[in-house]
Amino acid sequence: MARNKEGLVLLLDVGPSMHGVLPEVEKVCSLLMQKKLIFGKYDEVGVVLFGTDETENELAIEVGGYEHVSVLRNIKVVDGDAAEIVQNLRRGTFHGDFMDAIVVGIDMLIKKYGSTNKGKQRICIITDARFPVKVPYEGTKEDQVDAISEQMKEHGIKLESIVFREPQLLHDEATEENDRLLGHFAKRITARLVHVDSPTSLLGALKTRNVAPVTVYRGDLEISPNCKIKVWVYKKTSEEKFPTLKKYSDKAPPTDKFATHEVKVDYEYKSMVEPDKVVPPEQRIKGYRYGPQVVPIASHDWDAIRFRPEKGVKLLGFTDVSNVLRHYYMKDVYMFIPEPKNNRAIVAVSAIARAMKEMNKCAILRCVWRQGQGNVVIGVLTPNISSVDNIPDSFFFNVLPFAEDLREFQFPSFDRLPAAWQPTAEQQEAADNFVLGLDLAPPEREEILPPDFTPNPVLERFYRFLDLKSKQPDAAVLPLDPALKRITEPDPELVSLQLPLLENLSKSFELRENPKKKKTSKIAWRTEQPTNQEIEAGPAGGHNETATSNDVKIEDPSASRAFLTDANIGDLDPVKDFEAMMSRRDSPKWVHVAIEQMKIYINNLIENSVEGDGSNDDKAIECLKALRKGCIIEQEPNEFNNFLKVLFEKWRATSLGRFLGHLCSKGITLICKEEAADSDVTEEAAKGFLVKLEAESQ
Amino acid sequence: MDLDPEGIFRDDSDSDEEFSQEKEPTKDLVVYLVDASPKMFSPTTTDGGKDDTHFHAVMNCLVQALKAQIIGRSYDEVSIVFFNTKEKKNLQDQEAIYVFNVEEREPLDKPTARLIKELSSIEDTFLSNIGSRYGITPGSRENSLNNAIWVAQALLRKGSAKTTTKRMVLFTNEDDPFGSVTGATKTDMIRTTVQRAKDVQDLGILIELLPLSRPDEEFNVSIFYADMMGLEGDEIAQFLPLASQRLEDMTDQLRKRIFKKRKVKTLTFQLTNDVCIEVNTYALIRPTVPGTITWLDAMTNIPLRTERSFICNDTGALLEEAPKRFHPYNNEVVKFSVAELSAVKKLPNTANNLRLLGFKPLNCLKDYHNLRPSTFIFPSDEDIFGSTRAFIALHKSMLRLGRFALAFYGTSSNSHLVALVAQEEVTTSSGQVEPPGMHMIYLPYSDDIRSVEEIHTVSDGVAPRATDDQIKKASALIKRIDLKDFSVCQFANPALQRHYGALQVFALGEDEMPDIKDETLPDEDGLSRPGVVKAIEEFKTALYGENYNEEEEEKTAGGAHADAARKRKAIAEKAAEESKSYDWADLADKGKLKELTVVELKYYLTAQNLPLIGKKELLINRILTHLGK
Repeated sequence: MARNKEGLVLLLDVGPSMHGVLPEVEKVCSLLMQKKLIFGKYDEVGVVLFGTDETENELAIEVGGYEHVSVLRNIKVVDGDAAEIVQNLRRGTFHGDFMDAIVVGIDMLIKKYGSTNKGKQRICIITDARFPVKVPYEGTKEDQVDAISEQMKEHGIKLESIVFREPQLLHDEATEENDRLLGHFAKRITARLVHVDSPTSLLGALKTRNVAPVTVYRGDLEISPNCKIKVWVYKKTSEEKFPTLKKYSDKAPPTDKFATHEVKVDYEYKSMVEPDKVVPPEQRIKGYRYGPQVVPIASHDWDAIRFRPEKGVKLLGFTDVSNVLRHYYMKDVYMFIPEPKNNRAIVAVSAIARAMKEMNKCAILRCVWRQGQGNVVIGVLTPNISSVDNIPDSFFFNVLPFAEDLREFQFPSFDRLPAAWQPTAEQQEAADNFVLGLDLAPPEREEILPPDFTPNPVLERFYRFLDLKSKQPDAAVLPLDPALKRITEPDPELVSLQLPLLENLSKSFELRENPKKKKTSKIAWRTEQPTNQEIEAGPAGGHNETATSNDVKIEDPSASRAFLTDANIGDLDPVKDFEAMMSRRDSPKWVHVAIEQMKIYINNLIENSVEGDGSNDDKAIECLKALRKGCIIEQEPNEFNNFLKVLFEKWRATSLGRFLGHLCSKGITLICKEEAADSDVTEEAAKGFLVKLEAESQ
Repeated sequence: MDLDPEGIFRDDSDSDEEFSQEKEPTKDLVVYLVDASPKMFSPTTTDGGKDDTHFHAVMNCLVQALKAQIIGRSYDEVSIVFFNTKEKKNLQDQEAIYVFNVEEREPLDKPTARLIKELSSIEDTFLSNIGSRYGITPGSRENSLNNAIWVAQALLRKGSAKTTTKRMVLFTNEDDPFGSVTGATKTDMIRTTVQRAKDVQDLGILIELLPLSRPDEEFNVSIFYADMMGLEGDEIAQFLPLASQRLEDMTDQLRKRIFKKRKVKTLTFQLTNDVCIEVNTYALIRPTVPGTITWLDAMTNIPLRTERSFICNDTGALLEEAPKRFHPYNNEVVKFSVAELSAVKKLPNTANNLRLLGFKPLNCLKDYHNLRPSTFIFPSDEDIFGSTRAFIALHKSMLRLGRFALAFYGTSSNSHLVALVAQEEVTTSSGQVEPPGMHMIYLPYSDDIRSVEEIHTVSDGVAPRATDDQIKKASALIKRIDLKDFSVCQFANPALQRHYGALQVFALGEDEMPDIKDETLPDEDGLSRPGVVKAIEEFKTALYGENYNEEEEEKTAGGAHADAARKRKAIAEKAAEESKSYDWADLADKGKLKELTVVELKYYLTAQNLPLIGKKELLINRILTHLGK
């Protein structure tokens, strides 16, 4: 672990021009510290402020100069304190000199590590670089950068500069010079220069988690059996997942200081026939489905016939970029870089990449990264022409799907949809203006929300909450930070700027809620949403109280005309409720109320079933049966018969033929004279109805 | 008990549980009607043997089709009916009709391994057990074709027309089934058969004819079958080529799991604060994995049930589901309730919502802006009228202006920044290739992107770049190795095909592994064409110069390796030397190994070529083991 420890010095500009964005600087720096506490516990961090009123650094004492640079924290192992001190930065009143700050940072690193820990030392500077740096005693500013770079190179120190400037800020001589100077570092050493112009991007500009890069593959990129290029393959993107939290056990006595509080999960395999018998692992065998059967296959049998391709990356051919649509990219992205220090490989990659770029081609590759890998990967290689002098050209590689991975669903052609669904010329114009107006890559400023500088709002929130909870165990979940809100919602500034366009869009397209759909529908399509309540209720408790869209309770106004209010047919056991109501004798009206309610209930069930998959069918049939029985007992055959006829007429022409078929198979038909004297239906007629049902269900 | 009922800890929101169904026919019921008349058993070519009959061809086709079906669409049901047989076996007790079936299976049911197995060996015993004869003969009023259709129709009575498609597929090489009868009997038979076929079609059952032609005489559809199938005009001329294509397709089907069209979710797509439309999402591209594993008891082959229990690590007590989670932080344990975690994950107003943030030109979407397979979105007017119209307008504008939409896609458990790329409909003669709609591409966040190209910057300032001449030679090479008709998904996954093949071998008890071609290998013949070889040589010369020798290059490139190897060797020699000065066996016997330093212990390990990793205790153990103590 300790071998990989990183030494980092943060140089933070706290001069007056930075005050507006310092809250974000504080946040991103404390997040950096918090993540180090989790993922890089042995990393060492120092913090230097510049632009401060006071001067506190060793160089100032030793050689003089280096004013307004104060060391807030010397380089030492990261701790809770480190996360704390960057949360409340002293505001300074002087324009900071970033060159001075860099020198102080280098001095700290050299004093701390000497010649050890090469390549794992980093200086990270956040500044607006708006004011000219001091002219050195001798030579030009460029010479000074060269001299500093030489030092950094010697000690293997990397430099990361994040320059924040408001989008409306005009570029002048000073900013241009500073950009040039910072850029000059990149020519000499491993340095990264990033320009951002919004607080949101600032939060994303500083990589808060250091992942040691590991190659996926080192070897030949085989153009043909006698033409190979040596390449290294890395992951270019990889999703940082929400951390997996461990389960907490409170069984350990509070006095136990060494309690782990961990929960072990134990799996046992038991036979379906003998539930008490535990089958030991060696007696288990994997079964695979083959049609309705499960075929047992031992793992050594599999191994004997498993697909085992040879390790290697082979070119299948080149093709037009237009042959590979963007949405076929399957996974996170790989990067092919030429073998470091191998100039032939670097030139070969450069030649092919540039030729591909010119001709608008991509390459199709077949990759087996490791020997013994059980599958092959087919993917597309696209050129990445380097814009920085000291970075070689390289390729991106995206995995493509196999024939089996494609699901060929058919969708209606837009042209063939009804004319009422086609936009008019006027509507099309409104849409055009809308697309142009809500521009996130305006020419006059940096791209808004570029993925490269956009932090993950959920993870940011989690780590902040984690830090807060470590101090206040009963803290409530934080609301989303305003800068993070820019990621989940449109920028109000942009919206207000383009308000006429948005209003025009809203006016042009008439959108109406489908009146047939229940209000209980899961999605609330207007802006007010009850999500906050749900959060408070929590997923554990809140579910039973809120009716979901499927179980519709009877709240029809027709039911309320009954004066009896203390009973209705619930969703849990409608048949029982109905029977209970039918058998009540405290009022003669109960029978009618019960029948009416049951009818409504059944109707609702079937109606919901129209959109659904027939999951309500069984329930509806049980209810119908109960209703039929009840109507016979209470000698109310016509109530049932009319209801059934109405049902039949209503649903015969629809997709509910299936349901009518169920009725038929259960023998539910009209109540005939023999069953209840009041009925005007003969036995033949009742049977005839069944036949009708069957015919409809076909 | 569900460990994670709310799906808070599940990272992929597109999991199968959330799939909801659409109303489309979900099941295919097929009756294969196979003519078994003696004509089907006569050799198709003059020098042909027993295997060269139409009957053999049909059986082979059926077995292959069933093998593909059992993997791809095992929920579909099939039945196999022979007609013109000596024996009869059918519920209707019709002459010359034999409904083939195996144990533990309804006549019309899902295919089973046993069905495939017995069907593939049926030819050996067919003539003796089931027998073949002409069903329609002069003098008898028996009409085997008509009976076959009737039996098939009876079999297909199962299932409602709303949820299933029903087909009968007829294999025959007799284009004139009533050729042997004459007069009124013949017209009568033709009339009843055509009428029956019409009735069947009126019931929503499709009749497909797969005719088999001999090389010397082509199957003449117009004699009878055009009439029965209701073909007219051009259809008759086109019928034969199409049918033979279909027969080939049936035999060469890719073993592939077929998914029913289902929407994943319904989302609201919020364009502005007060314009909101409705869209459905579909998973068009997802990696297919071999089916799920069921654990079985090796002795009885009975499925096993997994039981999970939670045990407290400190006390060993059995726990109910732990209500709290924790995360170690700064040497402390920070506790969270499940509700708190879900509240952290759930961003306000984003559940099942696509929130439009704005538009960017397509070139802002870089090749490395990808994390997982895309999701397709298509508008729906089910809840909100007018959605489709607004979606089409937006779609058109985005295509015309070359822009994609940036949106925030929230679900209860996972949220992403997504790019919505409009896709125009693409159709070819074989149907829709790309459906119209938008593809939702999951974008990485800053911490998901690694700046790997910056790891190996060139130390002396400038990375070498290719010259114009080198680029020109590379272009020539690219032109030579061009895949003109490349289409994504043209390759079958060799690992998966091998898996299915092996599964079939085990399930059917076959002896031989089916030959599965790895389509993903480069085209070696193509690469050895003189033009390609020349282009490659020219490219190499332009890059490396005339006298480039690959082996020599290897050596110099391997210089660093050689150095390292030499160094390693030197260390090993030194260690061996040092190691000699200890009496290891004696030290081990006296238990004095632990008094040595790790460096000293490593002398022995290096000399003996043993691993050097681990703590001192482990090293000592390793030495003891090696000494055999």
